[in-house]
Amino acid sequence: MPETIEGDSEGRMRIKCRKIVSGAGEGEALVTKQAINFLAMIDLKSGIIKDEKHALYGKSVADKILIFPNAVGSSVGAYSIYALKINNVAPKAILCKKADITTASGCAIANIPLIDHPDADIFAIRSGAKVKINDDLIEIY
Amino acid sequence: MQLTKEEEKALAGEKGEALAIAYRILLAIGESTDAENLVPITWAHVSGVNYNTIGDSGVKFLEGLSREGRFAVKTTINPMGFDPLKVRALKLKEEFIQQQNKIVSAYERMGSMKPYTCIPYEVFDLPPKDTSVSFAESNAAVYANSIAGLRTNKESALSALASALTGKAPYSELRMEEMRKPNKCIKIKHVIENELDYGLLGYFAGKVASDVVAFDGINTLEKRNAKALSAAIGTSGSCGMFTVGRTDCETVEFGKEEMMKVRDELNTSDKGDLITLGSPQLGVDDLSLLSKMIEGKKFRKRCLIFCARAAYESATRLGYTQKIEQAGGELLCDCCTCLTPLVDREEVDSVITNSIKGAYYLNSHNKVGVCLKPLKEIVKEECE
Repeated sequence: MPETIEGDSEGRMRIKCRKIVSGAGEGEALVTKQAINFLAMIDLKSGIIKDEKHALYGKSVADKILIFPNAVGSSVGAYSIYALKINNVAPKAILCKKADITTASGCAIANIPLIDHPDADIFAIRSGAKVKINDDLIEIY
Repeated sequence: MQLTKEEEKALAGEKGEALAIAYRILLAIGESTDAENLVPITWAHVSGVNYNTIGDSGVKFLEGLSREGRFAVKTTINPMGFDPLKVRALKLKEEFIQQQNKIVSAYERMGSMKPYTCIPYEVFDLPPKDTSVSFAESNAAVYANSIAGLRTNKESALSALASALTGKAPYSELRMEEMRKPNKCIKIKHVIENELDYGLLGYFAGKVASDVVAFDGINTLEKRNAKALSAAIGTSGSCGMFTVGRTDCETVEFGKEEMMKVRDELNTSDKGDLITLGSPQLGVDDLSLLSKMIEGKKFRKRCLIFCARAAYESATRLGYTQKIEQAGGELLCDCCTCLTPLVDREEVDSVITNSIKGAYYLNSHNKVGVCLKPLKEIVKEECE
């Protein structure tokens, strides 16, 4: 597995995934290997990660393609995902290693495209890379 | 996941918008947990009641849903932000009270039962062993699977709500017999003495394990320790069940060093201005124990004690609450420590508690320091 996934000679790389909430989205990748507790770690008005111990501390999930392993902790985290959407600071799409019930149900009512079970190492994608999600496929430019 | 023709129709909106939303949620969680179909459940326990947890967008969502949505099975709900019978004395913002009341009305319109509790397994009669239920509230899900013998996934507020409206849940993960086996074993190498130690152990376990975790070194578990362990497991990770006793699977050691590391993460103050007990709420047995421990003593600081209303009423008949109140304890029902609006950093710098789940949210949400002490030490050091 390469350290970072860059585009191929045609300038893009495709990773096949599993569709959980269908839809399409395009934007900058925001990548972390750390799990997220949506209720405790994110400021819902700004979309900024407010947990100082988290690797994404200070960064905003707004309009990003958020890439992380899975959510942890409170069962109310699903509402937090919905609140991000209502406050216009939600990610454009979410890619998990394995989508959990909190993330899946939050995305279902917020209509945020959600995919998981990637067939390559998603954590090798660089934060800031341009990424496009379409149903069960992710393209990295 | 395969839906029946009737379920497909409901998903398409033929039975109203509330059921369409519910099936959209069930479909997403069914796909994510590899379910092949939905199965009936008999009891849903829904979280997302406290206004501090779901906010204005949650209020709007629930008000919309409750216009036509009605619960199809027995549905119990989590604590709200305050004790409604004592709210006037609690000095909360009017807006908080109004928004909280809207949430409670929406749930009641859909058919939820009282009281508002995070320990439904202690307050309500339990169905027979192996019954499928749908419990959000992480401590309740872990306790239901591990101690009460019920079968639930670690539901989200919305997935449990969807189950409440439909009476169904995906047949996946911890609802399946073959999935209820530990895939990680914690070997305990340090003495686990009290409820705080169990909480520290649970927080560690939640971080290192997923699915089902076994504890090698525990044989029996008192109810209050099981509650502390369940709540802490549910706070730090995605694990939804534990077993006790050694099992043959990957082993991780929990010794003094691991315990101190968890303690250092959550213990952010060496003293506190206020004491909170609860998260999970105290049941009758907890109130009985507390009343004996503090008999003839007085709390030196304000002490908020969160309990289930049913437990409070039974404990009053048995004379326990009177003793606690004589010692200066403030008993509050229908609410809890977790994301409480009653601890305000404008007034309080740090809080003493024996709850690991409480400590996590007091640190991260209320932004106050936390001083961790087991109940025995709280009574010894903070009472006169």
